[in-house]
Formats: sequence, structure tokens, C-alpha cells
Amino acid sequence: MPKDGGIGASTKRREDVRFLTGAGNYTDDINVRGQAYVHFLRSDVAHGRINGIDTGAAEAMPGVVRIFTGADFEGVGGLPCGWLVTDRFGQPMQEPPHPVLAQGKVRHVGDPICAVVADTLEQARDAAEAIVLDIEELPAVVDMKAALAEGATKVHDDLKSNLCYDWGFVEENREAVDKAIKEAAHVTTLELVNQRLVANPMEPRVAVGEYNRGTGDHTLYTTSQNPHVIRLLMGAFVLGIPEHKLRVVAPDVGGGFGSKIFHYAEEAFCTFAAKACNRPVKWTASRSEAFLSDAQGRDHVTKIELALDKDNNFTAIRTDTLANMGAYLSTFSTSVPTWLHGVLMAGNYKTPLIYVNVRAVFTNTVPVDAYRGAGRPEATFQLERVIDKAARELGVDPIALRRQNFITEFPYATPVAVEYDTGDYVATMDKLEEVADLTGFAARRKASEAKGMLRGLGVNCYIEACGIAPSNLVGQLGARAGLYDAATVRVNATGSISVMVGAHSHGQGHETTFPQVVAEMLGIDASQVEIVHGDTSKIPFGMGTYGSRSLAVCGSAMVRATEKIINKAKKIAAHLMEASEADIELKDGAFSVAGTDKSVAWGDVTLAAYVPHNYPLEDIEPGLEETAFYDPANFTYPSGAYACEVEVDPETGKVTIESFTAVDDFGNIINPMIVDGQVHGGIAQGIGQALLEHCVYDDNGQLQSASYMDYAMPRADDVPFYAVDHSCKTPCTHNPLGVKGCGEAGAIGSPPSVVNAVIDALQSGGKNVTHIDMPLSPSRVWAAMNG
Amino acid sequence: MYSFELERPTRLADAVKLLSDSTESLPLGGGQTLIPTLKQRLASPERLVSLAGIAELKGVKTEGGTLTVGGGTPHATVAAEAGAYPALAALAGNIGDPAVRNRGTIGGSLANNDPSACYPAAALASGATLVTDRREIAADDFFQGMFSTALDEGEIITAVRFPIPEAANYQKFEQPASRFALVGVFVAKYPDGVRVAVTGASEEGVFRWSEAETALSADFRAEAVQGLSVPAEGMIGDLHGSKAYRAHLVGVMTKRAVAAAKG
Ligand SMILES: Cc1cc2nc3c(=O)[nH]c(=O)nc-3n(C[C@H](O)[C@H](O)[C@H](O)COP(=O)(O)OP(=O)(O)OC[C@H]3O[C@@H](n4cnc5c(N)ncnc54)[C@H](O)[C@@H]3O)c2cc1C
Repeated sequence: MPKDGGIGASTKRREDVRFLTGAGNYTDDINVRGQAYVHFLRSDVAHGRINGIDTGAAEAMPGVVRIFTGADFEGVGGLPCGWLVTDRFGQPMQEPPHPVLAQGKVRHVGDPICAVVADTLEQARDAAEAIVLDIEELPAVVDMKAALAEGATKVHDDLKSNLCYDWGFVEENREAVDKAIKEAAHVTTLELVNQRLVANPMEPRVAVGEYNRGTGDHTLYTTSQNPHVIRLLMGAFVLGIPEHKLRVVAPDVGGGFGSKIFHYAEEAFCTFAAKACNRPVKWTASRSEAFLSDAQGRDHVTKIELALDKDNNFTAIRTDTLANMGAYLSTFSTSVPTWLHGVLMAGNYKTPLIYVNVRAVFTNTVPVDAYRGAGRPEATFQLERVIDKAARELGVDPIALRRQNFITEFPYATPVAVEYDTGDYVATMDKLEEVADLTGFAARRKASEAKGMLRGLGVNCYIEACGIAPSNLVGQLGARAGLYDAATVRVNATGSISVMVGAHSHGQGHETTFPQVVAEMLGIDASQVEIVHGDTSKIPFGMGTYGSRSLAVCGSAMVRATEKIINKAKKIAAHLMEASEADIELKDGAFSVAGTDKSVAWGDVTLAAYVPHNYPLEDIEPGLEETAFYDPANFTYPSGAYACEVEVDPETGKVTIESFTAVDDFGNIINPMIVDGQVHGGIAQGIGQALLEHCVYDDNGQLQSASYMDYAMPRADDVPFYAVDHSCKTPCTHNPLGVKGCGEAGAIGSPPSVVNAVIDALQSGGKNVTHIDMPLSPSRVWAAMNG
Repeated sequence: MYSFELERPTRLADAVKLLSDSTESLPLGGGQTLIPTLKQRLASPERLVSLAGIAELKGVKTEGGTLTVGGGTPHATVAAEAGAYPALAALAGNIGDPAVRNRGTIGGSLANNDPSACYPAAALASGATLVTDRREIAADDFFQGMFSTALDEGEIITAVRFPIPEAANYQKFEQPASRFALVGVFVAKYPDGVRVAVTGASEEGVFRWSEAETALSADFRAEAVQGLSVPAEGMIGDLHGSKAYRAHLVGVMTKRAVAAAKG
């Protein structure tokens, strides 16, 4: 292993030095000479017809450069949706236009109507106040059931209804599942809400558009998880700028959690306006604006039925879900409740028949899209809650019920279209029971009861599909893009290495972990290797970071490119040592000839590549730089078992998390410390969903939880010290590193065990409560106890 | 933010003068409430008169049975220096986060009279006296409903005098998002009786729970309030708790405050 950390070393994150000392370079740190500022005048009603916009007075205000309205974007494309879902009748989803600035109607509070570009931000805001809007307010469509009712007000007048699609999966199973449920010995039914969340990355979104009149080149600096995706969508679909004339830069990004995957109106606006105004244009979201314009997450209402035979074997699962799309289709919105949700419905269990029905609905709310876990938390929550409820109804131990139904043989083809390559759910559950000391629970419950507190234990398993995704498969499922990734390994003359990667790091620690892999392969120090990411003018065409894909997909590309480097370097070394290429071995940063003491150092070979005086020029080119694209053969399937213990104050309903144990199988691990950190962060978000976070609209479509005064983020003292274990490892069989992905597991795996634990606590206190919808805030728990 | 003038006097008399010159002037305490309001463009004063540089408005001192806090004293100073009145020091030490406690002031908090703020409960339960640049106002007369007080325009709270009780405690049940009081109850026991003030709960802002006061004056034990309740009608009902839940918490927090009360 390299002395400063190869594969398996808990190397400290090198990027933290700059982040923690204020030396990061975030988009808002980028100021282009002569830049103007844009302020968006946003709708303050959820639904309305725009009868007039008078910008006359505003135009005359000091500092105003230009005021844009929807009319300025009439010849321009709308924001595209990246995934076409076909409904269960074979028809394409209803896909309304999504203009950059509102045209004709406003459809949610926060929908941008006008964009005021001025010399200063305050001038832009002053001018925005002088714009006179004539908006006729229309009834707001907020509740999904009401949105689907006959005669409901339509969010989009040109669509048939507010139904985006009615998706059935696997449609051929529909009747068989109905039959199995009818004939089951026992059916457990659970109706639940997976509430809407706001992603809330620490850094709000920012965009700076720049246009070079001399060359015709456009540059967009933006807070994105995937600059090439933005370049593709914005260049090809919205603004019609060819890729060689459009550079997208996503520098340091302060967290995304999914919300910075999507192509947003503000990005297209700043790029467009920079040319139209012949001046760089900058936008920085305020936190209030983030609440009204960042795509939000989750928002499913589900009924799930679990059928069991007389021996408690699962025989069928049927789900019926309403999924809120919000007012427009955000980039990947349509894939979340379908292909990222339905295909996970088997979980860790061998249920032979599954049918998932999802109706996606338009409402006058902020668009909803992928948020950490994206569809998989929704699937896991339903399944792991209904299993717990079934165990209670049947009077059996919830862990035993799970164990009895575990998938134990791999590969395993689920009835919902995917094939799990590896996993060992028995081993992770065994490990959980040990690490969480489940046998000691009874004593801990007694101790809590002596203090007047109710104590509960909740357990759940999870499976997820990461490393998105095999392009040919997702293409069949409606994806409008490929989902490979790419890496270029550039070895410099003196042996140091720059690796240009398509993945983007915004908290994941790639700058530390990716070099660990290359260093391990070459036997050189990791400090000799550096990652370059986030700039389409520097990196190969990769698809970015989401869906726990960076290492599994982009890391695989990097491995392939490094293998090419090694092959070529061996040829050069063979030439230098006048030996046969087949005899060359690479070890600890030196090439040697097998069975001899001849060797040349890494640096001698790299120098020879760039100073090819003694070099096999007739056989190979000089230089040492290789690119690989990698398209995964399958998803990866991380899995795990989680346990949570809570105390509930019976007088106030307040829930305190006493312990949380996470046992995950991520396959091979590059940097255990970073993996722990990813799991910690994910669990914090999961606990946030389970106990605290709730994005609430009132009946008029006004966002009630529009600031941190009302939207409860988890804080350090809301979460316990976690026990995290990654010793169970079943490596992925189809990628070169055997890695599975760990970025979302914590957020996917944690909400059910928290809720299961609270229900367990209440039951132990003699309360007949079988379900409480998240967040389990003190008032909701108290109401359930006293209801 | 709209533009405004900022004045930073170092003497109280100058501040009083600056504030009386124009009706469009506002005192600026720690700015923890006022600055966010300005950033949202919800207020447009012509002039802010910062009280932060006025030494005579700062500090905590104890004389006889009275603890006096200067109107411009930040919460962190009260937390550190009001040892003679431990319940008050503890309350101050649990407001917001360190940044809020180092900037926010007692005068700003009382003048603002947020229905969920902590200090109003302490002032009312202690029967404190609010001293201004022109008069003294009893706490019982000062709070006049949500965000409303007896202060005239431009009037500055210069000090707050707290009679030190025999025993007291403040129980704050935090609203999960803001961590202001969803319900906060301050109980203070004096030789002539017990005072109970409730914040966070009522649509009318901070109030005294007289039924509990009578019961506790007769018998200062948690059991004495068992069975007493405030009506849900008139309580705040919002995202974080119904009227009934808040009414229920008033009882629970009162009991807990009595059980925890110390001298
Ligand atoms: C994140 C956060 C968390 C918080 N948590 C809590 C909490 O848990 N509990 C709680 O009680 N509070 C909380 N607060 C509010 C905090 O205590 C503020 O300090 C307080 O509300 C206002 O005090 P200030 O000195 O900052 O006043 P400012 O914001 O400067 O002023 C508020 C108002 O009072 C006026 N004013 C200021 N000083 C005086 C004076 N001496 N005389 C007359 N008028 C004056 C101003 O003109 C203005 O109208 C929190 C605030 C924040 C930002």
C-alpha cells in the first residue's frame, strides 16, 4: 500500500483544509468584471393568470440594465424533463412546457415572472417593486386527491387533467397480485404519507452567466452536481448553444443532496441574459428563495398491502401511490416514483408477486425531484413499516419475520425487473443484533421506565440500487440520456498525475478517495495524484454525481483508464530495460523484469514518455494520457440492517433517539472514515425526515414552512452518536473495484427504524397506536397517544 | 434592505435625542430580530440608532434583593453574570445559539415582545420593573399582546429590575424548528406569593396563570397544579402544535418548573 494511503486507508480529507479555512472557491465567490445582478420577481400566488405586466416605471429606475419577462423567451425552449415515463396503457406521460419565465400563468408561489437585471442587487430589487403585475388569482390545486377529482381546476390548461401518468409495474402481474391478496391467509394494510422535504444544502444556488463577444463563447458558473448534464440540457434543449461554444463550471459546491442535479430556470436565464445584455449576469439565491425555487423531495401518499400465507411467508405486495410532481416536471422528477421506487419494492425479501401503481400528479406547488435516496427511501419506508405492522398483527417477532423471508441466494432476479448480484442479509442482521446489543434491550427499557419514559426498539432492513445506470436498460425505461461516466488519467512528465473525472464532488470527498485508488494501482503516493472535476472545458463528458454512482461508475472509468496507463507504461519500461513486455511487473512504484534485479522507477518511465529520446516511437505514441468511458453492466445493490432505540416522553410526546446502529454492506471500501461520514450524514437526514422536517403548504398553496423558523432541520443534538459497522462485505461482481456506493444508504435506511421504534415505545405504554405519519413531532406523537 | 442611516451614539442622552428627532428612527439593539426584518424589506426606517456602544446600558448588578440588567445587555452576559438569580441566568443561556446570545439584548427582546420569546416570561413572573429613558413600567402593565408593549415611539428600555425570588425555574418546551418556546413557563416564588408566567402559548402573548399562582401560593409542590388546566380556546394553533396541545403543555411545564425550582 502507498505510504500515504491507498485502498482501505482512512486518509483524512485533503479538501477539508480549504473548506475549513475559508479558502474554498464557491460559485458566489466568482465575480466577473462588469457583472450585473439579477433579481427574480416571483409569484406570490400559487395559481394565477397573468393579464398584464407593466415594467415601464421599473425600467426607468436607477441602475436598471434590462427587465425580462416570459415574452423574451418565446423563441426559446423550455426546461426539459429527462425521463419519459410510459403509463400502464402504453401512453406517454403528459408533459407540459416549463418556460424559463412564466408565460400566461403562474403555477406556484415562487414561479419567476420577471427578471430584473441591474448594476446592483439592491437596485434590481428596488426596480422589481416598481413592476405592476395584473394577475388574476385562480383556485390553487394543492391536495393530490382533489387534483385528480372530476372537474378539478387544471394546473396546465392544455393538458387533459392533472394526472401526469398512471404507471403500473409490473403491469402483467396486476391480476395475479390481486388474486394472491384475495387468497392470502393474512393481509396487512398500511396507509401512509412520505412527506415533502426541502433539501436545504448549506450553500444556496448561484449562477453566473458570461458571454464573450469576441469569440462567441458562453460560460455558466453554477452550483451543480453535474456540469455536463447542464451543458447538454441547457445547450441543446433550452438555448440552442452548441456544446463547443458553451462551458459549464461547477466549482466548489456546498452540498446538493440531489437538489443541484437539475437544470434550473435561473441557469438558463443568466446564460441567456449575459448575451442579451452583453454583460455578465449573476444570481445568488437567498435562503427564502431556495425554499421557493429548489426542487423539493418525496411527497408520496401510499397504500401498501402485504399478503402472507399461513406460515407467514410473504406472498404478494400491492401498492397504490400518489406522487406529487409539483407545478412542472423537474429534470428527473418522473423517474423517481417509478424506476427508482417500483424496482426496489422487493426489498430484501423473496416476495414472488409485486404490483406497484403510481399516479403522478400536478399541483400548484414547487416541483418535486430526486432528494437523497430518491424513490428508494419511499419504497423502503412502506415496506419496512408494513412488515413491522404485520409482525405486530400476527404476534411474531419482527426480526424473525424478516429473517424468514430474506433472499438468501444470489444472483436473485426480483419480480420487479432487477437482478441483485450479491448480498448477505442474514449476516448483516446477525451483525446488527450483536452491535446494537439487542439482548440488552429489555434491561434498557426497564431503566427508561424507571425514569417515567417509554422506550422502543425499531429495526429495519434496506436494499438500494446505486451506480445508476446501465445506459441501454435505462434507455428502454425512458431515460433521455446515457448514464455512463468518464475519466482521463494524465500522467505528467515527472510522474505526478491529474485525473479528470466526470463525477463531481460536493461533500463526498472524491479529491481524497479517487487518488487513493490510482495510488494503489500504481504503487505511488496518493499525494502525487490530483482530481480535476467540475469544468466541462477540462474534463471528459461524464454524467456527474447522484444516485451513489461516483465510485461505482466514474471510479470504474478511472480504473480502466489507469489500466491503460499501466499497459502503456509497461511497454515503455520494457523498451528501457530491453526486456519483453510480458515480463514487466509494476510494484511499489517501480517496473522490474521478472526474475532479474533490473528495474526502472515510475518517474523514469513517465519522463521517457514525454522526452522520448530513447523510446519505441515506431510502436507507440509519446505521452502518457488515457481516457476511459465506463457504462455499468447492472446497478449495484448495497444493503443493510438498522436499529434505533428511542425514548418517548409520555407527557409531551417528545421523542429522543437514544441509540442508532447501522450495519451496511457496501462491498469493498476505499476509505472507511469517509464511508462512515456518508452514513452519518445520511442518517441525520433520515432522522430529520422521521422526526423533524416537513414542507407544508396551506390550502391556497402558500408555503407555510418557508424558513428555518418553521422548517425544522436536524441539529447536532437531535442525533445520537451512531454505531456504524461495515464489516459485512459482499463485493459487487460487475465493477472492477467491487464497490457498491454509500452516499444515500443512511437516508434510505433510517426513517423506518425510527418510526418502528416510536410505535414500539407507545405500544409498550399500552397505547394502541399502529402508525403515525412523519415527522413524528412532539405534537403529532402526543395527539396519537391521546387520540 | 432599503437604505438607512446608522447612528452609533456612545451616550444614552444622544440616543434619546436622535430617536426623538424623527419618527422614522428605531433603536437597534442586537439586531437579531430587526436586521432580518430589514433584509426581508419588511421595515423601512430612515435611521437606526444603535445602542450597542452605550456603556451605561450594559451590565448586571445585584443590590439587596434586586438584580438589575442594563437594557443593552446581551443574553450571554446575563447568562454569565446573573448568578444571583440562577433561573434568569439559565433562561438567558438557552436563548438561540451563541451568536444570538452574544448580540441579542434583553431590551430588544422585551421591546419586541415576540409571543414565543423567553424574557417576557421572566419579567412577568418576577414582577420586574422596566426602566426607560422617561419612566418606570411594571411588567404587569408592559406586555400588551403579541408584539405589542406599553413603549412609546422612540422610548428606550434602559434597565430591567428583577426582585430576586426565593425559588424559581423556567421550563422551555422548544418549538422544533425555531427553538423558541412552543410553551415556556416561568415560576417564581416570593414571600408574598408565587407568580407563574406563560410564553409561547397564547394568542395574547405572555400571560400570568392566576389559577396556578393561587394553588402554588398555598402549596408550592408540583402536585398542587395537578388537575389544573388552561382552556385551549385562545391558545396558538399552528404547524407545531394545536391549541389543545399547547394548553396541555402549559400544565406539564408548570409542574416541571415547580419541581425544578431552586433559590
Ligand atoms: C436564531 C435565533 C434564535 C433565537 N432564539 C430565541 C429564543 O430561543 N428565545 C428568545 O426569547 N429569543 C430568541 N431569539 C430572539 C433574540 O433573543 C433577539 O435577541 C431578540 O428577539 C431581539 O433582541 P435584539 O437585541 O437583537 O433586538 P433588535 O433586533 O435590535 O430589535 C428588536 C426590536 O426592539 C427594539 N429595541 C431594541 N433594543 C431596544 C431597547 N433597548 N429599548 C427599546 N426598544 C428596543 C428595536 O427597535 C426593534 O424594534 C432568537 C433569535 C434568533 C435570530
